[in-house]
Amino acid sequence: MKFMILVKATKDSETGVLPSEEMLAAMGKYNEELVKAGVMLAGEGLHPSSKGARVRFSGNSRTVIDGPFAETKELLAGFWLWQVRSKEEAIEWVKRMPNPMLEESEVEIRQVFATEDFAPSDPTGELRAAEERLRAQVEGKK
Amino acid sequence: MTASATHRAIDAVFRIESAKLIAGLARIVRDVGLAEELAQDALVAALERWPESGIPDNPGAWLMATAKHRAIDLVRRSKRIERKHEELGHTIEADRHAAVPDLEAAIDEDVGDDLLRLVFTACHPVLSTEARVALTLRLLGGLTTEEIARAFLVPEPTVAQRIVRAKRTLAEANVPFEVPRGEELGARLSSVLQVIYLVFNEGYSATAGDDWMRPALCEDALRLGRILAELLPKEPEVHGLVALMEIQASRARARVGPKGEPILLLDQNRARWDHLLIRRGLTAIARAEALGGALGPYTLQAAIAACHARARTAEETDWKRIAALYTALVELTNSPVVELNRAVAFSMAFGPAAGLVLVDALVSEPSLASYHLLPSVRGDLLAKLGRDAEARVEFERAASLTRNTRERALLLERAATCARTSVRTD
Repeated sequence: MKFMILVKATKDSETGVLPSEEMLAAMGKYNEELVKAGVMLAGEGLHPSSKGARVRFSGNSRTVIDGPFAETKELLAGFWLWQVRSKEEAIEWVKRMPNPMLEESEVEIRQVFATEDFAPSDPTGELRAAEERLRAQVEGKK
Repeated sequence: MTASATHRAIDAVFRIESAKLIAGLARIVRDVGLAEELAQDALVAALERWPESGIPDNPGAWLMATAKHRAIDLVRRSKRIERKHEELGHTIEADRHAAVPDLEAAIDEDVGDDLLRLVFTACHPVLSTEARVALTLRLLGGLTTEEIARAFLVPEPTVAQRIVRAKRTLAEANVPFEVPRGEELGARLSSVLQVIYLVFNEGYSATAGDDWMRPALCEDALRLGRILAELLPKEPEVHGLVALMEIQASRARARVGPKGEPILLLDQNRARWDHLLIRRGLTAIARAEALGGALGPYTLQAAIAACHARARTAEETDWKRIAALYTALVELTNSPVVELNRAVAFSMAFGPAAGLVLVDALVSEPSLASYHLLPSVRGDLLAKLGRDAEARVEFERAASLTRNTRERALLLERAATCARTSVRTD
C-alpha cells in the first residue's frame, strides 16, 4: 500500500529558511536508505506558502487567494510517497527520519487510496503471453 | 501502546530489518537456515521484552545485537558451527575469545553485499522453483509462512515444509553463501529475476483467491526488484525487469471494469494509468539502455510496454516499433507465443494480411495446438480481411479451447457475428 508522508511547515520553513548543509546531507542519506529498501516512490520539498496560492470554490465561483497562509501547522513543507506493507511500517520508517526541522515539527502519515488496485483480471494478450512464456519456462525446469 | 499495537509495530520492525539481519548472520554462520533461526530467536526475544520495556529507539540495532549474541554463543558452543568454521579453515579453536571481536566486526560489514549473497542463495538452482519463491519471500521479503501460503493459495504446512526442505537442501548441498562471479552471475541472475517476476505475476494475473493478498504480492515483487536494482546497478536486465513491473503495475486501476470484467490494453482509460509508476518504469528502461549492449528479454518486454505507456491514445501507439521489438524478442526467446504476439503487432503496424502470414506459419506449431489465442488471433485477422466464414470456424475453435467462461462467451458472440455477416455476403 502507498502512503503519503507529509512534513508539516514551521515558522522557519514558512519564512524560507533553507535547511542546513548537515540536514541536507542527513536527508540525502535517509532518502538513499529508502531507495535501497525499495520503499520510496517519490518525494519533494515545497517552497513556502508565500509563493503559493489557493483557489476557493463556492458554487460556480472561483476566488484566487495568494499566499502566505497563516495556519502554519496545517501547511506543508514537503512530502514523500512510499510503498510499504502497513501503516506500522510507515511509522517505523518515519521514526528513523532525521528531524526535518530545527523547531518542533510534525510529520503526518496518510494512506493513499487504491480501491481497485490489481483486481484479479485477465491481462492483455501481450502480458499474458509474456507470463505464459515464463510459466512454460518454469514448468520446463521443474 | 496496547499489546496488539506493540505486536504490529514489532512486525513492522521485523519486516524492515529481517533480511539485513538474516543476511548478516548468514555470512557469520554460513548457513541460511541457521541464520534465519537466529533472527527468529531475536524476534521472539523482542516479542517478550518490548511489550513491557517499550520499543527501543533503534530497534534494528537491538535485534542485531541480540541475534549477534546468540550467534556468538552458538559459535562458542555448537559443534555444528565449529565444524563449519573448521571447514572454512578458521582457527577458531586457537583463540576463541579473540575470535569474538572479529565476528562483531565482520557482522557490521557491508550490508548490501550480504543482501546480495542472500538473494543468490535463496534463488539457487539446487532448489525447485516453488522453493526459491517461498524462500525469497520468507528471507528477503520478510513474509510469514501464513502470508506466503495465502498468496499462493496453498496450505500453510505445505509452505512451511517447502521452506524447511529448501533450507536443508541448501545446507546439504553445501551451497556457498556468495555472489556468483563472471559467466555464472548471468545464469544465476536470470533465476533471481525469474523468481521475482513469478511473484509479481502471481499477484498481477491472479485468477482466484482473496484479492487483498495479491496486490501486496505485486508490491513485494516490485520492492524486491527495486532493492536488487540498487544492489546490482550495472546489470541492465535488473532495471529491465523493474521497468516491466512498474509499467505493468501502472495499469492496475484501468485493467478491470466496474463488474470485475477485464479491460484489454487498447480499451483501457489511459487517464487511470498511474503516471508516477510509468515515469519510474521509463527511467528504469533508460538505466538499462544506458548500460549499453543488446537488450535482454525483460528490457525488450519493458520497451514494448513502454510503447503503450508513451501513447496518449491507443491510436497513437507506435506499432512499428513494437513489431521491431517483438522481432528482437523472438530472436532471443524462440518462443511461439512471442511469435504470435509479433504477428498481432505486425497486423497493427502493416495490416491484417501481414499478420496473417506470420500466424499461418504457426498453425502447425505443436506447442500451440491447444492454445486458444492462436485461433482467436487468426479469427480476428480473417474477420478484418472479410473472410467471415473462415473466421467463424476459428472463433468457434478458440471458444472450445478456452477455460475462461467469460472469454468463451465473447468468442462465441464473435463467431455468431461472423456467421451473420458471411450469410449476408454469400
